[in-house]
Amino acid sequence: MEALDLDAGWDLHPQVSVRPEPFGALLYHFGTRKLSFLKDRTLLSVVQSLASAPTARAACASAGVPEAELQKYQRALGTLMQSSMLVERR
Amino acid sequence: MMTILDTPALEAPAPGAVRTPAPAKGTRLVDLFEYGLDAPICLTWELTYACNLSCVHCLSSSGRRDPRELTTDEAKAVIDELERMQVFYVNIGGGEPTVRPDFFELVDYATAHHVGVKFSTNGVKLTPEVAERLARNDYLDIQISLDGATAEVNDYVRGPGSYDTAIRAMENLKNAGFANFKLSVVCTSPNIGQLDEFKAIADRYGAQLRLTRLRPSGRGADVWDELHPRPEQQRELYDWLVAHGSDVLTGDSFFHLSAFGDALPGLNLCGAGRVVCLIDPVGDVYACPFAIHEEFLAGNVRSEGGFQEVWQHSELFTRLRQPQSGGACASCQFFDTCKGGCMAAKFFTGLPLDGPDPECVQGFGETALTKIKEGKTETPRSHVDHSHRTERYSKSGKVTLTLGRRPGLAAKDLKPALSTEIAGDAVAFRPDLVTAMPVNDRQDDPLADFRPEGGRGGQ
Repeated sequence: MEALDLDAGWDLHPQVSVRPEPFGALLYHFGTRKLSFLKDRTLLSVVQSLASAPTARAACASAGVPEAELQKYQRALGTLMQSSMLVERR
Repeated sequence: MMTILDTPALEAPAPGAVRTPAPAKGTRLVDLFEYGLDAPICLTWELTYACNLSCVHCLSSSGRRDPRELTTDEAKAVIDELERMQVFYVNIGGGEPTVRPDFFELVDYATAHHVGVKFSTNGVKLTPEVAERLARNDYLDIQISLDGATAEVNDYVRGPGSYDTAIRAMENLKNAGFANFKLSVVCTSPNIGQLDEFKAIADRYGAQLRLTRLRPSGRGADVWDELHPRPEQQRELYDWLVAHGSDVLTGDSFFHLSAFGDALPGLNLCGAGRVVCLIDPVGDVYACPFAIHEEFLAGNVRSEGGFQEVWQHSELFTRLRQPQSGGACASCQFFDTCKGGCMAAKFFTGLPLDGPDPECVQGFGETALTKIKEGKTETPRSHVDHSHRTERYSKSGKVTLTLGRRPGLAAKDLKPALSTEIAGDAVAFRPDLVTAMPVNDRQDDPLADFRPEGGRGGQ
């Protein structure tokens, strides 16, 4: 799987809806009709910060992801990219 | 490693694809979901009890429209609420939902308000023109019901002509360019041998096959003994699912088959009242579509606080979100994936909810059922029955014929009066129940109440 570029800007796909839940969040893509579960509130913060952050790395930083865990969040964002939940900002 | 993201989808693909080791207990979605969600992930909404068919296994005993049905405005208010709660999509069913004259108005209203729609239909209204119109809506998915890969098998269960109607509807969808709609099959003993043929039909129309489980709910209780897959067929089904893999949908309905070996993918959880529920045509909220019974009635959307209040605070749903005891199943090695199977299947066959599923593949269900039958205990019947007053024809001999069923009068109340052993008993035999009910074709016509033009009956 190709790794998500942490130094690019990313947005949620316009057809994706985010619903916060006590355990994290649910993401639903109206185009693909796929559901994803974020099992972590920090990941939710990252996803919510993407639109206003210049890069994914900056979004992780603003959500308080420690350097040591960056790879884990990069992988999670990569999975969201694979399922078209995230699109690279051009 | 703890995963922080998961994408199983409720409509889980069948097994066969990659299997990953189960994460440690406590971090799995199923463990998080057992305590419920702020709003359902998806929700079944039956818009009407009216139906042009009389399928012998109808889970909601549909046929006649209920006069208390939610009005267009009430239905729109429910949609507004679902939008506020961020319920991403609803599975609309019935009855036959498309016979509501405001059906397309409601579908358009929902999708315009960010509530996606998947609706189930027997295809009766899917003309080429309607199919064209539906194909233009990106937020819409359609599920055509077909319970036999041949007219012979299908029409035995769904009624004469229903095979042709469904095939015509699929042709129209295909011609309109509606890609990847669903062909939905309830698995029964007569059709388990046709799984390959179902797949071929789905492929022919560019549809995705969806297989679900027969439940002894509604009229399904009358035909359960005859139609539910035999033990060797359960195995055949499981093997077929394993072999055919990722593009066959199952609605997560076969998790009781996990006890054959590998767990099937999906939540492996009874979602009733935790992640799913049912809104019925009169606004009653039940724990799941297969549980239309007072025992599983949580409230009504017309009451104060609406649907949200029922979902978040009803006594029933709060109770269903408590940790469940495995009861007699707790010591079984497969309990972790099978979870004791389907609550509704147990309830309507008279089995205790904390015991084995009637189709437990380890055979524990049959043993329990035998005990119940020996004890001659009455199995629970739903208080809700909108069956057409004239039954189509006899299937198994177990379906009682041409009986007037008064609303609120359960079939069990009628059956003793007709059974041979009591028929001679002057006290038990109450002919008024049988003959006094008007059998009125017009009243029985599900469309009879839906004629806005002309002077009659329109909403």
